[in-house]
Amino acid sequence: MANNYTGLCIAVTGINANDNPGPGVAVIRALREGLGDDIKIIGLCYEALEPGNYMKGLINKTYQIPYPTEGTNALIERISYIHDKEKITLIIPNFDAELHNFIKLAPQLKAIGISTYLPSLEQLGIRDKANLWEFGKSNSFNVPKDHKIFSVSDLQDATEALNFPIVIKGKFYEAYIAYTMEAALKAFHQLEATWGYPVIAQQYIKGTEINVAALADGKGNNLSVVPMRKLYISDKGKAWAGVTIEDAELMQLADNFAKATNWQGAYELEIMRDADENLFILEINPRFPAWIYLAAAAGQNQPAAMVKMILGEPVNTFASYETGKLFIRHSWDQVVDLTDFQQLSAFGEL
Amino acid sequence: MRIKKNIATSENGFIFNPATGDSFSGNGMASVILLAMKNGLAEAEIKQDILRKYDVNADQLNRDWEDWIVQLKEANLLEPELNNGK
Repeated sequence: MANNYTGLCIAVTGINANDNPGPGVAVIRALREGLGDDIKIIGLCYEALEPGNYMKGLINKTYQIPYPTEGTNALIERISYIHDKEKITLIIPNFDAELHNFIKLAPQLKAIGISTYLPSLEQLGIRDKANLWEFGKSNSFNVPKDHKIFSVSDLQDATEALNFPIVIKGKFYEAYIAYTMEAALKAFHQLEATWGYPVIAQQYIKGTEINVAALADGKGNNLSVVPMRKLYISDKGKAWAGVTIEDAELMQLADNFAKATNWQGAYELEIMRDADENLFILEINPRFPAWIYLAAAAGQNQPAAMVKMILGEPVNTFASYETGKLFIRHSWDQVVDLTDFQQLSAFGEL
Repeated sequence: MRIKKNIATSENGFIFNPATGDSFSGNGMASVILLAMKNGLAEAEIKQDILRKYDVNADQLNRDWEDWIVQLKEANLLEPELNNGK
């Protein structure tokens, strides 16, 4: 049914809905639910095999875009090409690794009529894994101790200081819990080869894993905060099932973060609650999480709210959400015609 | 002792703590007692009701009750005064 958003063209990245999913498909699902099915969704992918490329009920058209390492010139050139054809109103990037380029390009995108709602480069930097401990220390947040690892010698120093088990994390993604030096070395080499330096060695905190999805207005306020307790965790450490919970301390923590940073846009706090009820921030992701549709299903549709903010509509702070709402992720084999795969592989659009 | 106000229970014995996300499955007896506790009945009243309806002596009931309370504490389902602030 036609509404104010009919024809609104939104480009979304992160449509690799695999076993370590990008948030794009969940964001799109929330957008369609919040804004109606007459919006036009452009999927921006990096690889022809990203499952979202072939989800025709969710994504109207897909374009391949250059990897972040190709730089801002390649990206703006490609986005301009897509914009000429599709008339994009706004872009929602969903990968940590691409945010630097999109933030740098935000003024250029705005100049050609494409809006974004992103944190600043400074905000992006302070929550970087390599800076997280210092950020926590200067803003009174509990953050596990860490070491930046550039060499095997650094890793040995880190294991002596932090003891085993130890968490070895990639610069952007992936983390492994290592119980021995051999396991730590393997994780270090794997992560530096995949994501580059520094690799982060973080103190292991035992406890309950909780994530918080939030949307902040850039003025120190959260418009939406939804906490989720992980119920089932995949071997990649990802929540495969989770449930919304209510906890005033978590809400306060998110409010303190928004206030300390004046964060603008979506973010996710990855939290561990230890046996003494202390809340440790393990990571701060500068984007919607892959489970963001749960927040929408529980009553706070953050992606739709973000779009409304971009469009200049008044968006009130969400007052409540439903607790005890579960998500249970699943795998689904899509069957795709070879011609579609060929089209995307050969021409970069489908 | 008081059950936390926000604890959700169902007739089939399912218990959900929305503060932690923990869920538990209790038997029919557990759901009856939980419902009574949620409705504000005192320990003595609940015990009297059980003694009246079931074939159990007071000593056995008191031992079982202590065990029940320990389980509720461990599950973080009681209001703080009996749960050491946790």
